[in-house]
This record gives sequence, structure tokens and C-alpha cells, in this order.
Amino acid sequence: MPDPSFVFAQSLSGLTAAMFLFLIASGLSLIFGVLRVLNFAHGTFYMLGAYSAFQLVQWIGTGPGTFWVAALGAALAVAALGGLVERFLFRYLYGKDELYQLLFTYALVLILSDVAKILWGTQQKSVSRPPGLSGAFSLFGATIPYYNLFILLLGPSIALAFWFVLQRTRVGRFIRAAALDRETLGALGVNVSGLYTGVFVLASFLGGLGGALVTPVRTIVPGMDTEIIVEAFIVVVIGGLGSFWGTFLGSLIYGQVLSFGILFFPRFSIFSVFALMAAVLIIRPWGLLGRPLK
Amino acid sequence: MVSAVGGAGRRVPWALLVLVAAFFVPAAGSRFYTFLANDVVIWALFATSLNLLVGYTGLVSFGHAAYFGIGAYTTGILMKKAGVTFLLAFPAAGVVAALFALVFGFFCVRLTKIYFAMLTLAFAQIVWAICFKWNEVTGGEQGMPEIPYPDFGWLERIGTVLPVVAGYRTSEHFYFLTLVLVAVCFWILRRIVASPFGRMLTTIRENPERAEFIGVNVRRYELAVFVLAGAFAGLAGGLFGIFNRGVFADFAYWTKSSEVLIMTLLGGMGAFYGPALGALVLLWLNQQIVSVTEYWPLILGSILVILLFVFPGGLAGALGALRDRLVRRPSGA
Amino acid sequence: MLDVREVRKSFDGFQAVGGVSFTVPRGSISAIIGPNGAGKTTLFNLITGHLVPDGGQVVFKERDVTGIAPHDLCRLGMGRSFQRTNIFPRLTVYENVQAAFVCHRGRGWNLFTPVERLYRPETEALLQAVGLLEKADETSGFLSHGNQKQLELGITLALEPEILLLDEPTAGMSATETRESIRLIERIAADRGLTLLFTEHDMEVVFSIAHRITVLHQGRVIADGTPAEVRGDPEVRRVYLGEGR
Repeated sequence: MPDPSFVFAQSLSGLTAAMFLFLIASGLSLIFGVLRVLNFAHGTFYMLGAYSAFQLVQWIGTGPGTFWVAALGAALAVAALGGLVERFLFRYLYGKDELYQLLFTYALVLILSDVAKILWGTQQKSVSRPPGLSGAFSLFGATIPYYNLFILLLGPSIALAFWFVLQRTRVGRFIRAAALDRETLGALGVNVSGLYTGVFVLASFLGGLGGALVTPVRTIVPGMDTEIIVEAFIVVVIGGLGSFWGTFLGSLIYGQVLSFGILFFPRFSIFSVFALMAAVLIIRPWGLLGRPLK
Repeated sequence: MVSAVGGAGRRVPWALLVLVAAFFVPAAGSRFYTFLANDVVIWALFATSLNLLVGYTGLVSFGHAAYFGIGAYTTGILMKKAGVTFLLAFPAAGVVAALFALVFGFFCVRLTKIYFAMLTLAFAQIVWAICFKWNEVTGGEQGMPEIPYPDFGWLERIGTVLPVVAGYRTSEHFYFLTLVLVAVCFWILRRIVASPFGRMLTTIRENPERAEFIGVNVRRYELAVFVLAGAFAGLAGGLFGIFNRGVFADFAYWTKSSEVLIMTLLGGMGAFYGPALGALVLLWLNQQIVSVTEYWPLILGSILVILLFVFPGGLAGALGALRDRLVRRPSGA
Repeated sequence: MLDVREVRKSFDGFQAVGGVSFTVPRGSISAIIGPNGAGKTTLFNLITGHLVPDGGQVVFKERDVTGIAPHDLCRLGMGRSFQRTNIFPRLTVYENVQAAFVCHRGRGWNLFTPVERLYRPETEALLQAVGLLEKADETSGFLSHGNQKQLELGITLALEPEILLLDEPTAGMSATETRESIRLIERIAADRGLTLLFTEHDMEVVFSIAHRITVLHQGRVIADGTPAEVRGDPEVRRVYLGEGR
């Protein structure tokens, strides 16, 4: 029988991974919920967030608070990129076949990931933890880095902030309305195209932020975009495409399945998450918390 | 501008001319060109099989490479590990891939649009994961190198009587074999697409609800075309495993699926030979660019963006529009 | 010929159709009318198998067809047109109608015969009957709205139906187009001995050709009878007061 503190540590690492994934997947879910398109490039925005954070740290140096400035700066830069892409390119594909929109986001992946390679090369990069959060503490026999604790707290905080905005603010109401019926919303005089741009910008911000915040924990390397986007797809499918809390739940489940899968069935851990995704799509395609189809 | 019969003009049998010309590539060009031509021919089959789903039935699959991989592994395992002759191992690729397509497709066709696409992706990744990890059978991460060529002894014996056939290397023999087999597959696919079955597929693409109400059992047709597409993708995979001198798990990875999807789009989903054209252009372009720069994805992505905004009908669509303009016929069907 | 018995359907707690019953006699022309949102299209969808009723029965030619899949139902002799024009936009006019023949005559699973020549005389005859023969080679998606409706009728007729369900056949048409369209439908129904059931907004059309009218309001039948009976019904008047037609 595995040692309880070990189980606890695994579970915690699964949770941490889940919170990172939630940060990114929430942006994906938002774009799908409102714009009805699965944005392949979201993982690449994540990667660009990571690279940008690295770059900003190179420029600003490593004094106190620089990490946070870099992270925020990176997220804003990626958000701006997202806004430009939506405003000047993606917007013109709205009326067309969904396949074209999907392939456009895939084309972005190809272009942007090569741009990242051109700017930063293929060597691994990393960013050190912010001095305020380095070090770790002990709980139930497991060693928990303070930074991971920060992420564990950040995830739900962002979820709650999101929920608050969506449910209690005017903008949030518009976003939810756009997700349900964009035509009527437009007919009511709301600037729907501005809303779309805003949603894209917000989602890109979250993706970029996720990438920036992950830099102390994971190495920055080409290919991190395709790796994360597949994970994000699985999460939003499990939770329910377009459902916000579904994405949160999906991330939690994914994190646990992955960390325990690696533990007990190391050979099949990569298989297990896809099997989970397939199972959800077969049994309950709208996911755990999504709205039933038709 | 879409017709079930395809855009390649019926007065000039372009396809036949291209086929005959293709036989002369080894004699006319270097080993490199034979290699490229062989690659193109196999991918042309793969892309055309996908077009059955995407272009003719309107089903976008993100996991078509699964059947490509399954076909490759089937032929590879049979020929390398069981010593089975190519004569059986090749059709087996199609049959096994079709069986998997039947099982996976059964679940996939119950869904629509993005959910369908996601499930095809999930199944393909499962296939990839199994191939990647099942060391005993598939060779796992290392894959299966050194798949034997089919036995060409009979061809060499013919060569002693008919000198035109003699004097070629094994790889060139395999190229000729590929040409013949793929040509036969294309002929079959062409018949299918021009048949009543093919017409029913286009009604599903255009308006599934209306198709239901002219008596089309949409789900059954979708499953049937899914199996057919999987079978031909499997055959393409069977050939590719031998051509590539090895079968590897990434044959089934989703990026392979996206490559073949882009090829199909580039060439034009609305024409029968569109994807084949896309295969030719993409692979040739890839060769040219890769020798100059390592940033092929950047170029490919840019081409794709231009395509999506300016030429949604792909190359075939653009050529068709050009031809119509030259012949001064109104664009339509 | 068609018997609808206590058919019900709710969506997420909202009852779109609640216990609707009526009969359509063979050879008659019947209409279902009612204000917007009365549940007319939902009712049609329930009859034709696009939706499965929560309760009740649909009996067609003395056979229980409740919830049968649309592709099976149209083989039994029920034809239907849709409110939003439902054709195959990128196929030509000819191909649209031919597809219906091919499927209906059971050749849909043939994988090897070239399809072009199949049913050419039948298709052309039908196109002639609906007045679209000259446009046979045009891409159907580019036709005018009226022509598309004619095409839709053609597709439906290729299925050799015994009853025709028409969902708002004159929606979006001008007065002239409406008159021509109704004349065409009437003539075809008479020529082929078809039973007709249609829904409509245009009261002039309804009262001019229907033998029986069923009035729907908020998913329930509030009147059912001859045009004269319905016109005089106080409940119907109340519901339509202010409707403006």
C-alpha cells in the first residue's frame, strides 16, 4: 500500500498541474463559449507568454518584484497580440465555415511557434522563482514549494473572480448573452464585434499569464504549445465545452488522473487521458457540466 | 462549384496522362525524384481518402492518421514479424483499418461537428498511445525499422523477356507497384464518388436534415463512408510503411492528421483530384523550402492563411475559376 | 389518413405542444393556423419524426408512426417541406431532384454505377411540372427564394408522397408569388391525388383553399372545423384580434 504522505504529495502535484491547466483552459473555454471556435493557437499564446516573461526578466533584471512585473507584462503583451489577431484577421472569417476558422488558428500555431523559434532559438530557457516565494514547507510529510502553494491559491481565486464577473457585472451578462444568442444581442444594439475582440483579448491574457507563471516550474521549450493545447482540449471536453465551472472541474479531474495514472500505470498514463476524453464524448458528449446537445 | 464527378475536365484525360508520365520518372529523373514521386503518390491516396469524409460528406476528421498508422503497422507487422507476403499484407492493411474505422466510426457518427472532430482526435491519440507504448507488438517508441520490400523476383524475370522493365532498383520496382496500386484505388474511389452512393454523401454534406427527409439514413451513410475512408487510408499507410523503410508511432499522431487535412484543403476539397494536387504541391514545396531554411512551419502557416482568405477552394478551385474565366462559362456546378 | 392523438412535447419545462389531436381525411386540404409561437412547426416536427413526442400517438395510414425516424417515414408516403428553404445549395436544380429519386427508388447504396444518367426522364418530367426545367443546370443555392420553394416542392414530390406536409409554403413571398405558388400546389395535389396539410400565416390563402382548419394557440387546439366554423368561432376571434390580418 502506498505511503499516505506520498499519496498526498501526488495528489497535490496533480492539483497544482490542474490549476495551471485551468488558467489556460479557461481562456480556451471562453473563446469557445462565445466565439464558438476551438482556438488551437491558445497553447501558442501560452508559450509566448512564457517566452515573453523570460525576455522581460532578462531586460528588467532580478530585483524584488521583477518577476511579477515580467509576468504581468508578458500577459499584457500576449493579450495585445490576441487583440490584433482578432481585429485584423480572425474577424473576417466569422461568417465562413467553421473548418476555415479552425485551420486559421492552426496556421497561427505554425507561424507563431516558428516566430518564437526565430526570436529565442530552440535551447531550453528558464526563469527562477520570485525571491518572495522560493523555498518550501512541509505538510503531512510532503514537501510543498511555496510557489506551488501560490498557484494552488491563485487558481480558485481566478475562478471566483471570473464567476463574479460573468454573473454579477454588466459585461459578464453581455458575454453570457453572446454565448447564447449573438444575433439578438447585436439587434439590441450591443457592440458585438467589440465584445468579441474583448473576449479574445481576455482569453489571450489568461493564456499568456498562465505561460508566464509556469516559467519557474517548467522549462520553456519549443513544443510546449502543442503539448498544452491537447491537454486543454481534453479538459474542456471533460468539463463541457463552453461551461466555465466545467473547465475547473475538468482540470481537477485531469490533474488527478494524470498524476495517479503515471504512478500506477506508467505505461498507460498517456493513454488514460485520451481514453477519458473518448469516454466522455461517447457517454456524455456535452461533458460533466455542459448543456445537453439538441 | 462542387460536383460529385470532379473538376478534372472530361475531354482531356489529365489523370491518365499524369499516370503514364509518372511511370517515366525513374528513367528521366534521379533517385531523389523517384523518392519524392513515391511520397506524393501515397499521400495523394491518403488525402483523397480523407476528402471522402471532408469534401464529399462534410465530416471533418482530426484523427484520420489513426487509420494510416494502423494500416502501416498491419502491413509492417505481417511482413516483418510473420513473414507474410505483400500480396496478403497489403489488403490486410485496408481490412484491419476498416475494422477499426467501423468500431471508432460507430461512436463518432453519433456526434456532430466539433464533437465529432474531438472524438476522432481522441481515438487517434489512443491509437498513437498504444503504438507508442506497446513495445512487444509495435516496437514502442523505437517503432519498426527495416520493413522488407515485397519480393520482386517475378518482375526481374519478366525483365529478361521485356527489356523495358529491366534495369531498375528495388526501390524503383516498389515505386511502379505503388503507382499501379494507387491508380487502382483512385479508379475505385472515382467510381464510388460518381455513384448514387456518392451523390447521397453530397446531400448529407449540403443539408443533413433534408437528406433525412428524402430517405437517407444519415448515420448509416456516415458510418459507411467513415469505414471506406479508413480502409483507403489504411492501404496508403501499408504502402508508406514499406516506402519509409520503417513504421513509427507518429504515423498516427494528430499532427499527421493535420498535415493531410491541410493538403486536402490546399488542393481543394471540392474536386476529386484536388487533394492529390495538394499532396504534390505541398510535398514538393516542403522539399524546396526545407533545403533552404528550417522554418517550414512558418511558410506553411502563411500559405494556409493566404489560402483561407483568398482561395478557399484551394488550388483546384482557383484553377477551375481560371479555366471558367478563359472559356467564358459562368461559374456554377 | 393522418391521425394525431394527444401529442405532447416539452422543452426544458416549457410545453410547446400540449395534447393536440386532429384528423386529416384522405384527399382533403387541411390547414393548421395560429399565432407565432403557437407550436405549428414543433407539431410538424413531431409528426414527421424530427422530434420524438413526450406523449401521444401519430397514426399514418392506420399505422402507428410515432417517433419513427424521418428517413423511414418518407418511404411510407409522407412528404414534407420546411419553413426555411431546405435544399442542397451547391448541387444543381437537376441534382437536387434526382437525388430524391435515387434514394426513393432504392438505388442509394449503389457504389459503382455512374449516377448522372439515372432517372433522367423522371427528373425532367418533375422539373417541368414545377416549372423549373429551364433552370435545371443552375446551382440551386443561387436561385430566387420563390424558385427555391418550387425546387423544394419538386424534391418532395420525387418521393411519391401520398400526403404533403407544407410548413409555411408561402413565407417570404410577394402577393403574386403567393398566388402562383398556391395555384401550383393545388394543381399538383389535384393531379396526383395528394392529401395536403399545411401551416400558414397568410389567412387569405388558408381560407381560400382549405377544407378543414385547425387553430393552435400556445400549443393547444382551440378550434377545429370548416373555414366557416372557424371564422365564426369566438375564441379564434379573440386570439387573432390585433393580429392584423
